[in-house]
Amino acid sequence: MASKSLHAIFTDDDILMQAVKALREKKYNINEVFCPFPVHGLDKAMGLSHTRLAITSFLYGLVGLAIATWMMNFIMIEDWPQNIGGKPSFSYIENMPAFVPIMFEMTVFFAAHLMVITFYMRSKLWPFKKSENPDVRTTDDKFLMEISVNENNVQAIAEVLHKNGASEIKLIDNK
Amino acid sequence: MYTMSSKIKSFSLILIVLGAIGLAYSFIDAPSSVEEVKEMLHSDGASHEGESVAMEANSSSNSDAHGEDEHAEHIYHQLQNKPWAAIYVPALFLFLISLGVFVFYALQNASQSGWSPVLFRVMEGISSYLVPGGIIVYLLLILSSLHLNHLFVWMDPEVVAHDEIIQNKVAYLNTPFFLIRAFIYLAGWILFSKLIIKNSRKMDEGFDLRLHKRNFKLSAGFLVFFIVTESMMSWDWIMSIDTHWFSTLFGWFVLASILVSAVTTIAIVTIYLKGKGYLEHVNNSHIHDLGKFMMGFSIFWAYLWFSQFLLIWYSNIPEEVTYYAQRLEDYPVLFFGTVILNWVLPMLILINSDFKRINWIIVFAGVIILLGHYLNFFVMIMPGTVGESWTIGIPEISSILLVLGVFIFTVFKALAKAPLTIQHGAFLEESKHFHY
Repeated sequence: MASKSLHAIFTDDDILMQAVKALREKKYNINEVFCPFPVHGLDKAMGLSHTRLAITSFLYGLVGLAIATWMMNFIMIEDWPQNIGGKPSFSYIENMPAFVPIMFEMTVFFAAHLMVITFYMRSKLWPFKKSENPDVRTTDDKFLMEISVNENNVQAIAEVLHKNGASEIKLIDNK
Repeated sequence: MYTMSSKIKSFSLILIVLGAIGLAYSFIDAPSSVEEVKEMLHSDGASHEGESVAMEANSSSNSDAHGEDEHAEHIYHQLQNKPWAAIYVPALFLFLISLGVFVFYALQNASQSGWSPVLFRVMEGISSYLVPGGIIVYLLLILSSLHLNHLFVWMDPEVVAHDEIIQNKVAYLNTPFFLIRAFIYLAGWILFSKLIIKNSRKMDEGFDLRLHKRNFKLSAGFLVFFIVTESMMSWDWIMSIDTHWFSTLFGWFVLASILVSAVTTIAIVTIYLKGKGYLEHVNNSHIHDLGKFMMGFSIFWAYLWFSQFLLIWYSNIPEEVTYYAQRLEDYPVLFFGTVILNWVLPMLILINSDFKRINWIIVFAGVIILLGHYLNFFVMIMPGTVGESWTIGIPEISSILLVLGVFIFTVFKALAKAPLTIQHGAFLEESKHFHY
């Protein structure tokens, strides 16, 4: 049988959370949940692994710090030596306090921008991308849960969803 | 209900006794005349003569004998100040910690926070040190104004007579007004803390919206009173030691130091009580939040430390840079050490989200932060009082033990006076179920 999935619509985030927990308890796998707003604790309830975005952000910050250090050294000390606040020492370390704000800003700039770009790449988002959202109502006030099913468990899963407050359940043929 | 264990009680009493003996010894050991200092310098000079000759040639343009006299007198004043400055630093530091804890508590009330009510009694307990701590600090200020020491040079009329810069500040910096101001700050802080804590205790009998609203208003009023008096307190009690120098963000700098030490103290006391089986509603999400504050305020402190330094370094105005020149010359290790202890280490240790939920890591980072901020106060106060004659020896360590003993005794005695979790509160349920 071609792969099929169930689309269950919920009207409330608390009910959605209950259904997620009920399904997870029975060891059914949830593919995806589409929400109109972020639901607190949903990632934990779905058993999604912890994001590593924070680690990349720290590393990008280090890259920014390194580039700022190199950049200021090249601009202000090597390429065109500058007299900084009456301290023409022509040494990076002795003029370092003046560069700290730039080093800080570049750290933040790199961490923030590269983190956002990483996030877009990991979520496979880019301009003119066609929406993967299966139902437009999830951009308004409905929550949609997508679960892969096969002939053996489709009935059981549908029953769990029904019992836990799904307002609509649809069987979808994946192309 | 918590009862103060006999272990804590005897531990704090031992600290007090040890500290008192050490401090008494340091007062007796301080040189009582210039002759004594001269002898000391001579016996010292014999071992490394070249150095002292070079120093004298540098420091005095007068004849050799006269320069030596002046130098000996200078050192004599510094050594006489030493035990006083040694007790002043921890007395002020621990008092300001309890003040900071009370400010944090008032912030929770004023912002109607939902996460923190299970920690309220811990904060109230630490705030109870405001009274003995305030008395100790005020006593030290009075003794200074009686010329028992020279912590504040502007209190000496002879110095003022030859110093035009201080003369211009006399309208504000004079002993009676100084003591009146200090009294107003202390009385205000203690009064607010007594009123707010009394209302909180009354609430244990049953929830009362009127009390809740009253505490909200009192806390907001206290915060306004505090931010003005804190700024003035930092000028009076710390900045005026280096009388010629001033910095417009000094109040903020001290505030950052107070707040981070206060949050750290709350976290350590909470973890201690939790380890003893009390505070059953405190979970690792509460610790996580305290850890976030510890890291955030550490970065805030570093930001202000650097802001103050950068502007003075950049503009290079002689009367401003002397403040840093002295610290860089005589306190280089401590001066840069505070940045490592108060910013680099806390940030690197606490940057990981999961680490902020592990008790021993919070305690480890907390000890580093408290040590670092003691040294921060040390570097703010010592250069203007004992100059290059500083050490961290018997006077300093025994002073810390003495004040810490009083602090621990007061705080844990106060913790035993009421149930460790408030019985009623508008946000108590939310706090019990608080999770990240």
